Amino acid sequence: MELFTNQVLAGIATGAIYACMALAVVMIYQAIDHLNFAQGEMAMFSTFVAWQMMQWGMPYWGAFALTLIFSFVGGIVIERALFKPLAKAPVLTHVAGFIALFAIINSVAGLTWDFTIKQFPSPFGSSPFLGSQLISTHQAGMIGVTLVLLVLLFIFFRYTRVGLAMRAAATLPESARLVGINTSWMIALGWGMAAAIGSIAGMLIAPVVFLEPNMMGGVLIYGFAAAVVGGLSSPLGAVIGGFLVGVFENLVGTYIPGVGNELKLPIALALIITVLVVKPNGLFGRTIVKRV
Amino acid sequence: MTALLHVKDLRAYYGQVQALHGLEFDLQEGSLTTLLGANGAGKTTTLRSICNMIRSTGSIEFEGKKLDNKSTESIVRLGIAHVPQGRGTFTTMTVEENLQLGAISRKDIKAIGDDIERMYAHFPVLKQRHTQQAGTLSGGEQQMLAVARALMLRPRLMLLDEPSFGLAPLIVRDLFKILGKINREDKVSILVVEQNAQLALELADKAYVIETGRIVMSGTADEIANNEDVRKSYLGY
Amino acid sequence: MSTVQDVSAAPAVAAVPKKAMALGPLASLIILALLIVTPLFVKNFIIFQMTMWLIYAIAVLALNILTGASGQFSLGQSAFYALGAYTSAILMEHVGVNYALTLPVAGLVCFIAGFLFGLPALRLSGIYLALATFALAVAMPQLLKLGVFEHWTGGVQGLVVTKPDAPEIFASMGLKVSQDMWLYFFTLAVTIVIYLLSVNLLKSRSGRAMMAIRDNEIAASAMGVDVSLYKTLAFGVSAGITGVAGGLGAIAVQFVAPDGYTIQLAIALFLGMVVGGVGWLPGSLAGAAFIVFVPNIAEHISKGLSGAVFGVILIIIIFLLPNGARQLAYGAQSLIGKLRKH
Repeated sequence: MELFTNQVLAGIATGAIYACMALAVVMIYQAIDHLNFAQGEMAMFSTFVAWQMMQWGMPYWGAFALTLIFSFVGGIVIERALFKPLAKAPVLTHVAGFIALFAIINSVAGLTWDFTIKQFPSPFGSSPFLGSQLISTHQAGMIGVTLVLLVLLFIFFRYTRVGLAMRAAATLPESARLVGINTSWMIALGWGMAAAIGSIAGMLIAPVVFLEPNMMGGVLIYGFAAAVVGGLSSPLGAVIGGFLVGVFENLVGTYIPGVGNELKLPIALALIITVLVVKPNGLFGRTIVKRV
Repeated sequence: MTALLHVKDLRAYYGQVQALHGLEFDLQEGSLTTLLGANGAGKTTTLRSICNMIRSTGSIEFEGKKLDNKSTESIVRLGIAHVPQGRGTFTTMTVEENLQLGAISRKDIKAIGDDIERMYAHFPVLKQRHTQQAGTLSGGEQQMLAVARALMLRPRLMLLDEPSFGLAPLIVRDLFKILGKINREDKVSILVVEQNAQLALELADKAYVIETGRIVMSGTADEIANNEDVRKSYLGY
Repeated sequence: MSTVQDVSAAPAVAAVPKKAMALGPLASLIILALLIVTPLFVKNFIIFQMTMWLIYAIAVLALNILTGASGQFSLGQSAFYALGAYTSAILMEHVGVNYALTLPVAGLVCFIAGFLFGLPALRLSGIYLALATFALAVAMPQLLKLGVFEHWTGGVQGLVVTKPDAPEIFASMGLKVSQDMWLYFFTLAVTIVIYLLSVNLLKSRSGRAMMAIRDNEIAASAMGVDVSLYKTLAFGVSAGITGVAGGLGAIAVQFVAPDGYTIQLAIALFLGMVVGGVGWLPGSLAGAAFIVFVPNIAEHISKGLSGAVFGVILIIIIFLLPNGARQLAYGAQSLIGKLRKH
C-alpha cells in the first residue's frame, strides 16, 4: 500500500510537467481549434533563449521575464508569417505546417546550441519538500506555478472581455466577426499566449529532464494526451489530465512486469485511449449537441 | 437628406456564379424596410454583401462612408448589426455571455450593464434563462437572443435575415412587435429580409422586392402590399 | 434527431470529386512510359531509389484511401508497414517462402490487423483517432524489440533479408537483368495492380459509401450505409496495402530492424499524402517523390541545418500548393482546356 501511495505521489510530481504543457496545448486549442504539434519545440527554444541569457550573466528572474516576452512576440510572429497565409488551406495542410515548423526549430536549436545536455537552474532549489523523499521543492514549485497559471487562465477566459472574445472567435468565427471581433488578431493573440505558457512549461521542465533540443519529445505527447483526456475545452481538465497521466505512467512502470522505459509511453497512451473510447470528449469536455 | 445606407450597382458572386446583378436601393434613417423575395432571389446575398462577407463589386455607403474595402468586423463597428440566417448564436456560451459579446466592440464599458438590463426588459424570457447555455433555448428564444445581441451594439442600422424562419406565427408576431418598438423608441433603422411577406409588410413602412438579383419593385409597404403582382406571387391571393 | 459529440467543427478532409480520383488517360500513359523506360538508362543505385519511390507511393496511396476517401486520420501507418516488412522477412528467412508469395500474406496479415484496430477506433475521430494511431506507431518499434519475440524478429538487430535474383528465364534468353532492375519492374507491376484495384474500389459502391461517410457520417448512416463496416474495412484495406509496401520495402532494403519503422516514417507518409494532394491517388507518386528525394536534397544544401531546410522546402510547397500536387494537375488541366477553346 505504501508503495502505491508513493508511486501516486511521485506520479503527481512528474505529472506537474505534463499538466503545465497541457495548459499550453489547451490554450492554443481554445484560440485556433486545433493542436500545434510544434508547441514543444517552441517551448524548448524559449528555454534555450533563457539559458543563453543566463550564460551572458542575466539573473534568473530577469531572463525568465524577458523570455516570456520574447515567446509571446515570437508566437505572434510565427502565426502571422506562417499560419495566417494558410488560413484558407485545409486542416491537413495546417498539420503539415506544424510539422515543418517542428523540423525547423529543432534543427536550428541543434545547430545553435548543439545536442549535449545542459543544466538549467530552478528558482525553487531541489531539496526535499517538507522533508518528503518523493517530492522535491522544485516539483512542489512546479505544481504551484501550474495551479497559479490555471487560475489566471480561468479568470482570463471567464471574466475578461478579451477572453470572451477569444472564445467566441475560436468557436464561431463568422458570428464573432458579426459582433465586431477581429478574429484574425484573436488567433495571433492566442498563439502568443500559448507560446508564453509553453515557455514557462519549458523552463520548469528543463531542470528535471535537462536541457537539450530533443527534451520535449515525450513531454509533448503526454501533454497532448493529458489535454485530450481532460477535455480540450477545459484548462482545469488539462491540469487534472496531466496529473492523471503522470500517475498512470508511474503505476504502469511499477506494476506491470516487463515494462521498461521504452514501453511506458505506448502503454500509457493505450490507457489514455481507453479512457477516450469510454468518454470520447475527455473527462471534462463539454458535449456539444449537434442538431442534424 | 442623404440616405443612411446607399447601395449602388451591387454585383455579388459566389465563386463563379453571379447572384446579384446591379442592385440599387437606399435606406433612410429611422425607416423600417423589408426586402422581399423568393428563395434564391438574392436577399441573404444582399445582406452579406453589405457586411462584406462575400465577393462583390459596386458601391455601398453607410452614413457617407464607403464600405467597399472594409473587413466585416470594421463594418460592424461602424454601427451595423447583422442578425444572420440561422441566428449565429454562440450555443456553447450562456445567454448573458452572448449579450456581452454583442457589446464586445464598445468602449463605454460602464453602459453595457445597463443595456443588458434593458434587453431583459424587452425580452423577459432571456432574463429567466440568463445563465443557461444558449444552445438549450428554443428557436423563438434564440431568435430573441440574436436580436438582443445585435441591439447590444447600439447599432444605427440593424439587418435581419429571415427572423421568422422556423418560428410559430404567434411568436413571429411578438417578435415583430418588439422590432417595431425598437425602431420607433430606440431609433434603430431596420432592414428585414423576409420570405414571410404578409407579416413583414404589416411591420415595415417601406418595401423592396427582389427577383434573381435585381430590385423589381419599390415603394411604401402599403403600396407593395396592395400591388396585384405582389399579392399573387407572395401573398397568395 | 440524434446528438453527436463533436470536437472539430467542419470535416477535416475536403471532399474530392469522384472523377478526380484518377488521372486522365494521356497523362497516365506518359507517366507509365517514363516509369518503364527510365530504369533502362540509369545506374543500379538510381534504380534502387526509384524502387523505394514506388514502394512509398504504394504506402501513401494506402493512406490516401484511409484519409482521403473514408476521412479517417491516421498517424500509424508505419506500424502496418513494419508489420508487413517483418512478415515478409520472417517468412523468407525462417520459413523459406518465395519472396513474391510473402506479399499477399503480408497484405492479408496487415488487413486483419488494420481491421481489428479499426474496430475500437470507430469510437474515435479527428484528433482522438490521430492520438490513437500515433500511440500505435510509437509502440511498434518497442514491440518489435521485445525479448519474447526475439527468436523470430532478431530483436534490436533485426533480420537480414536475401535479395532475390531475376528469374531464370531472362538468363536463358541471354538478357542480363540485375537484381535491382528485376525488383524495380516487379515493384512497378505490383504498384500498377494496386493502383488499378484502388481506383476501382473508389469508383465502386464501397468506395462511394466510404466517401459518403467522409463527407457526412450522420447523413450516410441515415441513408443506410453501414458506417462501422465501411470504416473498419477502410482501415483494413489501407493497412493491407501498406503491409504489401512494407514487404516490398524489406526485400528492397535487404533487412528489417525495429528502428527503421519509427514515428518518423508515419509522419513522412502523412506529409507525402498532403504534398501529393489528399484523396488524389495519382498524387501518391508526387508525395512519395517528396519523401524520398527532398531529405537528401536538404542534406545536400546544408548538413547542419538539414531539418530546417527540409522544413522550409515543405513550407514553400504548402504555400504555393495548399492542396498538394493535385492543385498543379487541375491548374494544368484547366489551362489545357482554355488553350483548346482557342
